[in-house]
Amino acid sequence: MAQARRPGRSRRNPVKSVLLHGTLILASLIAIGPIAWVLLSSLKPGYAIQSSELTLFRDTTLANYSYVLTSTNFPRWFLNSVIVAAFTMGIGIFLSATTGYAVSRFNFPGRRPLMMVFLVTQMFPVAILIVPIYTIMARLGLINTMPALIIAYLTIAVPFCAWMLKGYFDSIPTSLDEAAALDGCGPFATFWRVVLPLARPAVAVTAFYTFLTAWGEVAYASAFIQTDNKFTLAYGLQQFVPQFNPQWEYLTAAAVLVTVPAGLVFFFAQKHLVSGLTAGGTKG
Amino acid sequence: MTTVTADPAPSSTTPPGRSARTSRLRRSWDKHWYAWAMVLPVVIVLAVLIFYPLFRGIWLSFTDLTEANQVAEICTKSITGSEVCRDNPNKWEFVGLDNYVRVLTGQVGDFWQWTGVTLIWTFVCVAFHFGLGLGLATMLNRPMWGRSMYRVLLVLPWAVPAFVSAFAWKFIFNERFGLANALLSAIGIDSVSWFADRWTALLTAIVTNIWLGVPFMMVALLGGMQTIPSELYEAAEIDGASPWQRFVNITLPGLRPVSMTVVLLGTIWTFNMFPIIFLVTEGQPAGQSEILVTGAYRAAFEGIRNYSLASTYGVLILSILLVFSVFYRRALRKQGEVW
Repeated sequence: MAQARRPGRSRRNPVKSVLLHGTLILASLIAIGPIAWVLLSSLKPGYAIQSSELTLFRDTTLANYSYVLTSTNFPRWFLNSVIVAAFTMGIGIFLSATTGYAVSRFNFPGRRPLMMVFLVTQMFPVAILIVPIYTIMARLGLINTMPALIIAYLTIAVPFCAWMLKGYFDSIPTSLDEAAALDGCGPFATFWRVVLPLARPAVAVTAFYTFLTAWGEVAYASAFIQTDNKFTLAYGLQQFVPQFNPQWEYLTAAAVLVTVPAGLVFFFAQKHLVSGLTAGGTKG
Repeated sequence: MTTVTADPAPSSTTPPGRSARTSRLRRSWDKHWYAWAMVLPVVIVLAVLIFYPLFRGIWLSFTDLTEANQVAEICTKSITGSEVCRDNPNKWEFVGLDNYVRVLTGQVGDFWQWTGVTLIWTFVCVAFHFGLGLGLATMLNRPMWGRSMYRVLLVLPWAVPAFVSAFAWKFIFNERFGLANALLSAIGIDSVSWFADRWTALLTAIVTNIWLGVPFMMVALLGGMQTIPSELYEAAEIDGASPWQRFVNITLPGLRPVSMTVVLLGTIWTFNMFPIIFLVTEGQPAGQSEILVTGAYRAAFEGIRNYSLASTYGVLILSILLVFSVFYRRALRKQGEVW
């Protein structure tokens, strides 16, 4: 405890400190390694990617990007994904926030079963739902359209988000609601003007989760969408790596382009991630 | 609900016998209508898109519906140009438990093999998610230089959509030019054809999923740690508790509510994790690295689409998860966890 004289952070002994930072640096390298490798590979021409010789840079070029952006349907798929993810996010946040609020604040009959249902829906495998949902969509004439995907993704995202937001709303004191009620706010106004602004961190997490759900979903996208110009990225990208003659140079470039918007959404949500998730996790 | 709104007369005018119930309903409605209004859209969506399909799926598992026999009528064009329709003689029908018998006895598909793979996959993934997540969260939970930078870097895999990670790792595990084999040969080990053997194929998928899932656990557990009052640690330190004792006696118990929830969710999510297996191993070699969900999906949407068989798998998967959750909850309750 000789180092304990100095206050705060520098009292750990140097060996431990090196071990700690060493582990964290190694873990960080593993975390960013694959992303960095794909990024580096996307800048190489096809023959350099498909060689067994390992290099960080070789004949650096942006040709893969320009090919993907101009000679394939990639921009179309990208737009489709943006539309699907944006609508899922907007509608999903609205639905899960009102539901989460109602479940958190009002002790109405049906509240507990609803909470159970939210958790149980997490267990439903895609295998059992996909055929009947496919039939419903077909009957409504929605197969091969984006609303089919948006609706399907909402069923995945909303129960979990409502559950998470409920936990966060629980942590906001009810005295605020009562004060708002005294000032003449109805329940909807209280929710909209008082509680929702306070829940911004949790809403950010929900938005992030919903966006990524829609952006990265594969099973429904593969089953519901049939024509090339309606593909979302999750399905479209599979076109670059068929069983024979996969075009990794285009896939890596496309993968980088796909990750950028997700990364941006993530960047804005990440500082709220911890507080948002905690509340949902502990109070669920 | 409708009976109450349709009856605008105050309850005092109705006979006393009826009014007791109506007025209770009415009071309930007056008190809770906005709560119900707020949850109504979600309830409708869940009913139409989860519960109706669920029951229909369960029912389909008792039929022999496939893509080939789904039409009720077969129509043929006659010479005059008009259509003649007659009933499809091979139309799908109710077959009772046939699907279950065929699946469980192994006449169709590889249910037991897929179940084995699924269990290994789920257990290994969740164990690593939790272990690594807990380790990293513990390290990040103390004041040190560069903490927020580490946190952002370590959380990055979460920002990458699952299918992109799947492609990235498939690229890394490529036999001829992948990074994994290049690194192996750099330390003098022969390159491995990862997708030719079921265990190495499964390994690639597990590595991918661990990489993808640790950030969620780490963030959730880190959040849980920050709710533990620091006075507990200070008191323990004064009493001379070692860091390990503090971890076991303060951190772990304090994390219980969070860790119980994330382990349950993580197990369910991993069990049903579709894109990683579907895109990384593609079931190679010869369907031996398939998990239940991907196997069921291939039954439903590849080859002749066997809808009833897919539903049968779905029911079996759901049953396994339900049994697991019931036991999990019971174990929690026994330990006095109110949840």
